[in-house]
Amino acid sequence: MSDIWVVAEVRDGAVKRTTLECLGKARELAGAAGGKTGAVLIGPEGLAKTLGAHGAQRVFVADDPRLKNYGAEAYAAIVSGLVAQHKPGAVLAGATSYGKDLLPRVAARTGAGLATDCTDLQWKDGKLVALRPVYAGKARTTVTFTTPIQMATLRPNAVPVPPANPGAAPETVKVPVQVDDNALKTIVKETAKTATGGAIELTEASIICSGGRGMKDPANFKIIHDLAAELGAAVGASRAVVDAGWKPHSFQVGQTGKTVSPNIYIASGISGAIQHLAGMSSSKCIVAINKDPNAPIFKVADYGIVGDLFQIVPALTEEARKLKAKG
Amino acid sequence: MNTVVCIKQVPDTETKVKVHPQRPALDPEGVKWVISPYDELAIEAALRMKEKMGGTVTVVSMGPQRVEETLRTALAMGADSAVHIKEDLDVDAITVARILAKAIQGLPRDLVLVGKQAIDDDSGQVGPALGEFLGVPSVGIATKLEVAADKKSAKVSRQIEGAEENLEIPLPAVLSVQKGLNGIHEPRYPTLPNIMKAKSKPLKAQALKDLGLKPEETAPRTQVAEMALPPPRKAGKLIEYETPQEAAQKLLTLLREEAKLLQI
Repeated sequence: MSDIWVVAEVRDGAVKRTTLECLGKARELAGAAGGKTGAVLIGPEGLAKTLGAHGAQRVFVADDPRLKNYGAEAYAAIVSGLVAQHKPGAVLAGATSYGKDLLPRVAARTGAGLATDCTDLQWKDGKLVALRPVYAGKARTTVTFTTPIQMATLRPNAVPVPPANPGAAPETVKVPVQVDDNALKTIVKETAKTATGGAIELTEASIICSGGRGMKDPANFKIIHDLAAELGAAVGASRAVVDAGWKPHSFQVGQTGKTVSPNIYIASGISGAIQHLAGMSSSKCIVAINKDPNAPIFKVADYGIVGDLFQIVPALTEEARKLKAKG
Repeated sequence: MNTVVCIKQVPDTETKVKVHPQRPALDPEGVKWVISPYDELAIEAALRMKEKMGGTVTVVSMGPQRVEETLRTALAMGADSAVHIKEDLDVDAITVARILAKAIQGLPRDLVLVGKQAIDDDSGQVGPALGEFLGVPSVGIATKLEVAADKKSAKVSRQIEGAEENLEIPLPAVLSVQKGLNGIHEPRYPTLPNIMKAKSKPLKAQALKDLGLKPEETAPRTQVAEMALPPPRKAGKLIEYETPQEAAQKLLTLLREEAKLLQI
């Protein structure tokens, strides 16, 4: 009997979607493990209800104004303390900047094994089994654990959010916050929205519109941004575009950028270098728009349009707009 | 400013990954080995700090004999000395961090830098785990580093989704470096004279037993049970069209009705 926990991520006073994805997976794993689903909430107690509605049967709440912002050491101390005390079978978090920073510290401290950026998790023979891409998606691995406590971060968008049960009332356990002064020193002072960052984060987007060298000029990216705005998509770029200084590195998709797995990936003017294909080939549907019919991108695209992106992309924006107007 | 940079030797990004015929691992046949790109940027950041503030840069890496070449490259870039933990271990990233922490402990250091992730296993665990094992603060995915004149603290920014977190940390600390840290997008290339000079710089080889680690401390916490290439994507449909409007309409219809992934 093993409990499965999720470390909740709170941003701007709300629980992040990746946390709800993890809870859905945790509930499934707890079912197989014959245990309960738990959640650790470092944040306002009021959010315990949301976690309960999404499957947490027990929520450990550390609600303290000093921990309003993230701090690796302080947060790791709280989560590690709870893990050491209650010994859950597995602890999950979203593979976001938060989970990626926090869980390695917690795992190091509690003697747990950790698999990061997983695309799926299973419970087999009393142990956690993690599926995770390596080499930015050029290969996939199955990871097993040798430790009694097992930890994993789950890539955003990899699993669905099951329907909520708003009536669920989780047991809440208040956690006394005892954090030493040194740990409090490294709490984040402020969070500044980046002017360059798109409204939707690439790794969390369900649709991505990307542009490559075929865009010819940074100013031409306006048509990609217009299409993205119409589709509710994030904007990405190839390495060539980032290296040319047309877009900051935070837009880069590929082996030395971000690995993404949206529902729809629309690549315009991207030829499809091996490093780029690695970073986006786990997308559910790939659309390629390129004037070169021999571009490697067409070999992985579900739908291809051979043609002039400067005509096709604006037409796509226009037709999407018409469809939306029709409702 | 004394900086330790932990680096990993990885297959070049051009590598076409093949699975080893006997083991769930990469087939190293024909692979070109390089310093992981984010680790290269960490070396560059350390060298720039040294140029500005003085001090030393020590590079540390673990792996088989071939890793020596990677360390010599780092020395040729400008690092002062290198430590080679000469072990060909198949262990998880947290265990690697534990071993690195032991090797680092005795080195002069105000700061430890690592790349935000190695581009082979993409695990990204070593930075924060090193912080834990060394008992110092860690900042993951750092984009800005400004060390105070007294070297006792640093102002740091780290990248999060759509924003940056700003904090001030006491030193020593561990930072994992994102591309673009302090505007660094490219590492320097070693010049020929520096490659020659690097040959006589100190490179110390160590074994696990030299580090005083017990076998249970280096037991792997996770194991790769299987490795496979992703199923090849089927070549899809090329959309036939007369006008851009027609192409756009056809694509949107396919995304809505065939792929069923677009809801507008």
